[in-house]
Amino acid sequence: MTDTLEPVGTAKDIDQVIVRFAGDSGDGMQLTGDRFTGASALFGNDLATLPDFPAEIRAPQGTLAGVSAFQVQISNHEITTPGDAPNVLVAMNPAALKSDLGRLEVGGTVIVNVDAFGERNLAKAGYIDNPLEDGSLAGFTVIEVKMTTLTKEVAKDLGVKPRDAERSKNFFALGLLSWMYTRPLEPTLDWIDAKFGGRDAIVAANKAAFHAGHAYGETAELSEHHYQVRPATLEKGTYTSINGNTALSWGLIAAAHKASTPLFLGSYPITPASDILHELSKHKNFGVRTFQAEDEIAAVGAALGASYGGHIGITTTSGPGVALKGETIGLAISLELPLVVIDIQRGGPSTGLPTKTEASDLMMAMYGRHGEAPMPIVAAYKPSQCFYAAIEAVRIAVKYRTPVMLLSDGYLANGSAPWKLPDVDTLPEIAVEYASEPNQTNEDGEGVFWPYLRDENLVRPWAIPGTPGLMHRIGGLEKEDGTGNVSYSPENHALMTDIRQARIDKIAEDIPLAEIDGDADASLCVVGWGSTWGAITGASRRLRTAGHKVAHIHLTHLNPFPPNLGDLLRSFDEVIVPELNLGQLSRLLRAEYLVDAKSITKVMGQPYTAGEIEAALLEHLTLDLS
Amino acid sequence: MTNTTQNPATSNNLLAEKDGVPATTKADWSSDQEVRWCPGCGDYSILTAVQMMMPDLGVRRENTVFISGIGCAARFPYYMNTYGMHSIHGRSPAIASGLAIARPDLDVWVVGGDGDMLSIGGNHLIHALRRNVNIKILLFNNQIYGLTKGQYSPTSEPGKVTKSSPFGSLDHPFNPVSLALGAEASFVARTHDMDRKHMQATFARAHAHDGAALVEVFQNCNVFNDGAFDKITKKANRDAMLIDLRHGEPIRFGADREHGVVLDAAGGAVIVNVAEVGEAALLVHDETHPDPAVAFALSRLASNPEMPTPMGVFRAFDREEYTAASEAQMATAKDTDGEPDLRSLLHSLPTWDV
Ligand code: SF4
Repeated sequence: MTDTLEPVGTAKDIDQVIVRFAGDSGDGMQLTGDRFTGASALFGNDLATLPDFPAEIRAPQGTLAGVSAFQVQISNHEITTPGDAPNVLVAMNPAALKSDLGRLEVGGTVIVNVDAFGERNLAKAGYIDNPLEDGSLAGFTVIEVKMTTLTKEVAKDLGVKPRDAERSKNFFALGLLSWMYTRPLEPTLDWIDAKFGGRDAIVAANKAAFHAGHAYGETAELSEHHYQVRPATLEKGTYTSINGNTALSWGLIAAAHKASTPLFLGSYPITPASDILHELSKHKNFGVRTFQAEDEIAAVGAALGASYGGHIGITTTSGPGVALKGETIGLAISLELPLVVIDIQRGGPSTGLPTKTEASDLMMAMYGRHGEAPMPIVAAYKPSQCFYAAIEAVRIAVKYRTPVMLLSDGYLANGSAPWKLPDVDTLPEIAVEYASEPNQTNEDGEGVFWPYLRDENLVRPWAIPGTPGLMHRIGGLEKEDGTGNVSYSPENHALMTDIRQARIDKIAEDIPLAEIDGDADASLCVVGWGSTWGAITGASRRLRTAGHKVAHIHLTHLNPFPPNLGDLLRSFDEVIVPELNLGQLSRLLRAEYLVDAKSITKVMGQPYTAGEIEAALLEHLTLDLS
Repeated sequence: MTNTTQNPATSNNLLAEKDGVPATTKADWSSDQEVRWCPGCGDYSILTAVQMMMPDLGVRRENTVFISGIGCAARFPYYMNTYGMHSIHGRSPAIASGLAIARPDLDVWVVGGDGDMLSIGGNHLIHALRRNVNIKILLFNNQIYGLTKGQYSPTSEPGKVTKSSPFGSLDHPFNPVSLALGAEASFVARTHDMDRKHMQATFARAHAHDGAALVEVFQNCNVFNDGAFDKITKKANRDAMLIDLRHGEPIRFGADREHGVVLDAAGGAVIVNVAEVGEAALLVHDETHPDPAVAFALSRLASNPEMPTPMGVFRAFDREEYTAASEAQMATAKDTDGEPDLRSLLHSLPTWDV
């Protein structure tokens, strides 16, 4: 990095900025946001992102439905969310302005591509009058830039077709924002080389547009918009910017590697989980086999078949897929074989909001099978932590021979943040034990194998095909405890049902205790799970700064719960549970502990902002004071 | 209990050499479980045929796995002294595919009935066949739902009167052999429960095939659909009604081999009198033909088991087997990407130091 960390020219120091890039699906806003993020990460800022895109690959051009946005907060201190209200909105067309202006902070800055504000586009966005002319943006600072014209102009002699030249306008926007926030240029220029290498005209056009945007900021009268966000003081270490799905994929690979056991993924493409299939399919040298099945049911079936064969069977999906996999998960519970089911939650029911986030599958993870069919649930809470959550899910599955549900969501899956890379030697080893000897003696004194003879953890042996002398049959019919023979005995079924529950409950002894973040002596405790972590943490910090006391417990294990959770909850006057559903965890907590867990909820396909949670908590805090 | 952390998928210890496999008998392949099909059920003779064939294959019991779904036929794994899984309705080809891909060292068999394989599990069956995963599928076709006590199945004849179709079934049936050929199966055969030798030979052929194999077995359900195949499989009827397919030979049948099969101008298979057309005009069976069209034409000769019906191997075509291709990709990745290194994986995106 050759860029100086000293303020450049007139750049004013600020602690953080929230930028939202919005445009048509075809405008490359995800890429633009991603590049701005990448450059900021290498510069050393802390950051968090929120990609927000439509389900359609190309919704009708210029319409509200086609708006694709990317929000990023960069800061010189530790942050946990992509920010509440953007300070700057880049609107590449009228639809983007219309759909996202409401998010902008009061008095915020709007940068518009004025070339896109023709009559047709205004009409498509539902504007009767041009908002740039009718005074409706009076409360904001509006910077109008002819991005399309300027981009075409610098690209015209570079050998690209005019249509392709126009497509570089997102790099113009990126160049302009890079100047405004003093972002280093090299990472983006290098990235253009790597991405478009070989297509010289496109490389040249993108770079020209990027430089032109940068120069525009410098030469146009934008000096009052020139800022500097210095690197954050993060813990010492080597960092990378990671999104949840990549971190989760690497966690699976790491777990299998630490278990010296091959990983088998059975998967069917589904948003927002497909990237895990893509990522894992690249890493065959780690002994990872990926199988793109004909449907969700075959995907989990193949994973279970692989687990039966001694591999670590994984299946990745989103809510609709979990619904389809339910019967096979029940079989895995009955067979007592390891399996990890990964649900990247999205808005439901049915197809719902495929590209938008929600965390409404907790009850399905908990109860979504016929019969008494308990399974452990692990939940990830921030992008980088998806790595550790995946390892934990594999550890439990392998050690306790059970399917495990790993919950993430669309926001974690696509959002990125810096990750201090761990020393791989410190990651826990995972012991994999296959049975190799008979474990019982028959009347004739011969050694025989009983597949359902259990150890002290109520775990049965994993005897994989290929092992001489241990041939046995297992199945979905109820089995006799010990022998594993088919049994219809009423007493045995009651016993086996109790054992299946007890062996999952017992895992509570082998998971971390719940911990309080913040004020243990507060009267109010916020309990969260999953991706609300960032917003709850941010809200709690603000409230503490304002003089309130707030405790925060964030659950990573939702079944079984940590053994100290009940006592902790009962030690607070008030328990508040913010969730991206209609109160699923709060109901579980009430049922389990008889505490008056109060629910606050949001189901808008968007993550919570810290501000929303802060406001909700403040109501309770002021009530307490009055 | 002694355990080992040795992993068969990463070591070759359990990939025992086929030579030196101890000799076994039928009894070695029979589990201690009491067989619980209805007395007289055709499943018994299929089980016997499999248990009698196994010693001839020169394979180890511990390397053999039977996977089934749900239904009468699906009880099969309980009776084999091998590894086995009685899974869920329709899903056995998917579960077996995962096992076979993870463990190419195993012999994986799938057993199921017409409801299991063609109705609830139809999707998995066709995809397993198209992929050519090394699994051997035995489809016991009795043209009825047995375990749920007698509803029509996807192979029942139209108009069949059952508990769920008191006025006659409206469904048009599948022809399992046609379906498998249409699904790009590389090995498709048919046999029946009245001829143990033919079953053994056919199952052994399926086992020898490198790829997915489907064997349709006409199986009598003497409780709910008794005698469904009598018109062709009864000893007295066989000569006239079963067309024995032999690779490389003209297709002939009849007590005096007086009938034969020719292809008509439209490519359809037609039964002729050999005396009228002459032997040279007869279709010579070629199970290895890359184009399944002729095999398909043969599968259409009989639209129900009351017409002369071909038996034996319709198609045995060599094409790339899935697990071998999958292992080859794994090996290539090891060569090009090198030994797995977790640290370099974690550092593979741009990094910065604080
Ligand atoms: S119901 Fe039919 S198929 Fe099932 S066991 Fe009885 S005879 Fe056999």
